[in-house]
Amino acid sequence: MKFLENIVNKMEPKFSKGGKLEKWHPMFESFMTLVFTPKYTTKLGSHIRDGVDLKRTMIMVIFAMVPALLFGIYNTGHWEMVAAEGNLNLPYGEMFWDKVIAGAAVVVPLIIVSYGVGLGIEFIFAMRRGHSLHEGFLVSGMLIPLIMPADVPLWMVGVATAFAVIIGKEIFGGTGMNILNVALTARAFLFFAYPTSMSGDKVWMSGLTENLDKVNAEKLAHTAEVAAGKAEKLGENEFASPLADSLDGFSGATPLGDLASFMTPDPVLNGSPLEVGSNLMDQFIAANPINDMFMGFSPGSIGETSTLAILIGAAILLITGVGSLRIMASFFAGGLLMGVILNASGGPYLDLPPLYHIVIGGFAFGAVFMATDPVTAAQTATGKIIYGLLGGMMAILIRVLNPAFPEGVMLAILFMNVMAPIIDHYVIAANIKKRLKRVKNA
Amino acid sequence: MSKTVRLRKGLDIKLIGVANKVRTEAKVPKTVSIKPADFHGMTPKMLLKEGEQIKAGDIVFQDKYSETIKYASPVNGTLKAVVRGAKRKIVEVVISADETQNFDRGTPIDLASLSGEEVKNTMLASGLWPFVRQRPLDVVADPKNEPKAIFVSAFDSSPLAPDFDFVLHGKADEFQAGLDVISKLTTGTVHLTLNGKSPADATFKDAKGVQINTISGKHPAGNVGTQIHHIDPVNKGEFVWSINAQDVAIIGRYFLTGKYNAKRTIAITGSEIKDPQYIDTIIGANVADILDGQITTDNVRVISGNVLTGDKIEQDGHLGFYHNQITVIPEGDQLKFVLTKGWMGPGFDKFSNSRLFPTYLLGKKKFRLDTNTNGEERAFVVTGELDKVFPFDILPMQLVKAAITNDIDGMENLGIYEVVPEDFALCEYVCTSKIDIQDKIRQGLDVIAEECM
Repeated sequence: MKFLENIVNKMEPKFSKGGKLEKWHPMFESFMTLVFTPKYTTKLGSHIRDGVDLKRTMIMVIFAMVPALLFGIYNTGHWEMVAAEGNLNLPYGEMFWDKVIAGAAVVVPLIIVSYGVGLGIEFIFAMRRGHSLHEGFLVSGMLIPLIMPADVPLWMVGVATAFAVIIGKEIFGGTGMNILNVALTARAFLFFAYPTSMSGDKVWMSGLTENLDKVNAEKLAHTAEVAAGKAEKLGENEFASPLADSLDGFSGATPLGDLASFMTPDPVLNGSPLEVGSNLMDQFIAANPINDMFMGFSPGSIGETSTLAILIGAAILLITGVGSLRIMASFFAGGLLMGVILNASGGPYLDLPPLYHIVIGGFAFGAVFMATDPVTAAQTATGKIIYGLLGGMMAILIRVLNPAFPEGVMLAILFMNVMAPIIDHYVIAANIKKRLKRVKNA
Repeated sequence: MSKTVRLRKGLDIKLIGVANKVRTEAKVPKTVSIKPADFHGMTPKMLLKEGEQIKAGDIVFQDKYSETIKYASPVNGTLKAVVRGAKRKIVEVVISADETQNFDRGTPIDLASLSGEEVKNTMLASGLWPFVRQRPLDVVADPKNEPKAIFVSAFDSSPLAPDFDFVLHGKADEFQAGLDVISKLTTGTVHLTLNGKSPADATFKDAKGVQINTISGKHPAGNVGTQIHHIDPVNKGEFVWSINAQDVAIIGRYFLTGKYNAKRTIAITGSEIKDPQYIDTIIGANVADILDGQITTDNVRVISGNVLTGDKIEQDGHLGFYHNQITVIPEGDQLKFVLTKGWMGPGFDKFSNSRLFPTYLLGKKKFRLDTNTNGEERAFVVTGELDKVFPFDILPMQLVKAAITNDIDGMENLGIYEVVPEDFALCEYVCTSKIDIQDKIRQGLDVIAEECM
């Protein structure tokens, strides 16, 4: 390491004040501090400081996301194979490496685009402000791909990331100053700007849209051929294609998508229409055993499907103390509570057992990685509990009662981000009141 | 009506270099100094010129804006230099001490016959007054104010702190005399707070005429601020005074003998000290002789006071007015490679209150910490970490933010009158974003002093 140290020491004068490359000092500092903890010593106040810094805190969050990421890659690969082969009953464990490679081919570019665009913009702002790169985006950059549908076009991810970093964070002053969670801002942007790529049934399996397009093209070509009188050459008038056969009646919908359809006059389950009035929920539960949902064997956003992988991440966050237990626990509690309340009201979708609510969709991912973002969550201890509880309840409420949004977690957390300062305001007011009361009593 | 307080929050930073319970008498230092910076906000007005002869107890300077408060020389000698800094501000008044110190003046003062006002005047005239500190603001007490209580802490819980039970053992008469003196300064209560974790020395346990409380918990249990908050908190418009236990003994000594004898036992501590021990010396003493042959490594920082609140001094610098210890720790001005000693290293050599480092698995291990900040300054990101080491019913991060933004209403509401920078030392230590919190609080207090007092 002596050799690296020498390089840094040699380069430092060039980048410091008066040096040739003074302008690029933020860039130099950013890379230098990545490789070395710098030699800054305490100037004011306490002469010694805790070992912890923001870099170590943030890297731990990234470590915590790794299980969800790895599972997400495999799951994406699996559903891509399913879509490609048109075989809904493809066993989950088979063709392991094929699926890993197929999944990585989808997920890795997403990560590269997210980090590339985000860090690029952050660098520009850091240079303008004359400080080194702040660590916040290291986490956001990993969160963004994990909450995208597998089939989202890369350019959209780039645009969304740029929007989230500039509008969601930098205009407020950068890391630590933002009001809304950056990754969720990116997702919300896509959700409202390009709804067809972010919701519906077709986007959750990589390649599905493409295959359907191919079938449609074949159909068109066939029709054209028939019209041109060439059909006889083919020996038949009917359109036939193995791909079309296998994709027939294939929906690609997430469990949440199916559930949302229960609230409409045309309930569907795995692509097949159900009879209105029959016990929809029993059929859903039979088709989607809770164990599979917990393990994450379902289509969905890349990192959100496996509650197990997310809980491993949660354990890492809680053991290291980076994630707030108050928020996580109260968020789950809020979700369960709302599930119970809705059960009591009755109705097709309302009957879903509360435990299902927290293992399907993005609920667990939101609770563990999004709601706990310390910058945008409530900052007081009591506030965190209220924040989590309301967030969890709101997530399920939106999910069940608003047919326009099959998933409620994103909007619930964004809404609570906006509400967090108000929650804190009242917690602080209570503390102030206690102090004032003491004066009156004295 | 004594109180027992148990704290759940706090942090004991375990460092190498606790002083062994051995006491040596130091030589008379070559020089002593009084540093106006030790008395925040005070502007000195010199009463003596360079080269003049002085005796221990003679007044060297007084507070320009509060002339009754006077500052005395702790030794017999000659006024050597008035060291000035930017804008001719007096940084240090250096007195070269005579080789032998004899205190020939003075007769005992009969305390019983004095009224409170007379005690106050005696203390002001003799230069004893600066030992009395006031909350809010953490400044030398304004003699015009009426304190509702006076607090003395019988122990120091900060890292490597001297053990007052050892330091004041056998000095019960001086300490008691001091307590009797300060009881005359207030119509309220004088509180003496003992450490609930270990039995106190007879000097403290048998103190009379005061309310004896106990407090147990981690640092900052020994800080007088924590004790005030839990026993008799300061509200807006009220004043509480506090005095160091050793300074109570100095005050007592003066009334018993009539002599200003500023002798104090200090602890020489820290990982870079060969033989950590206790030394009898004088307030403001030059530390060069004391540290001679004691420092084991080259690149060190010498601190007058403890590692959390002390002042950086040179190796031939002078002990601070309120300090009971000298700490020497390594400087941390080296690059630390990310995977070995840097931010992603295993971290067995770092002490952390967060569980991101294995500190909490290492049990009673003691650490050799250097002055590296272990990271760069950032905006506040992590929440809740300050609360864990701040045993006040005050929201630390919100108060610091109010101080940073000069929000006077906010500071008043959130409890600025109850706190002084020292109370935030641990917050500053644990802060992930490396913000100099004590300095922010001091700036906030300066605004309050100007606008609201």
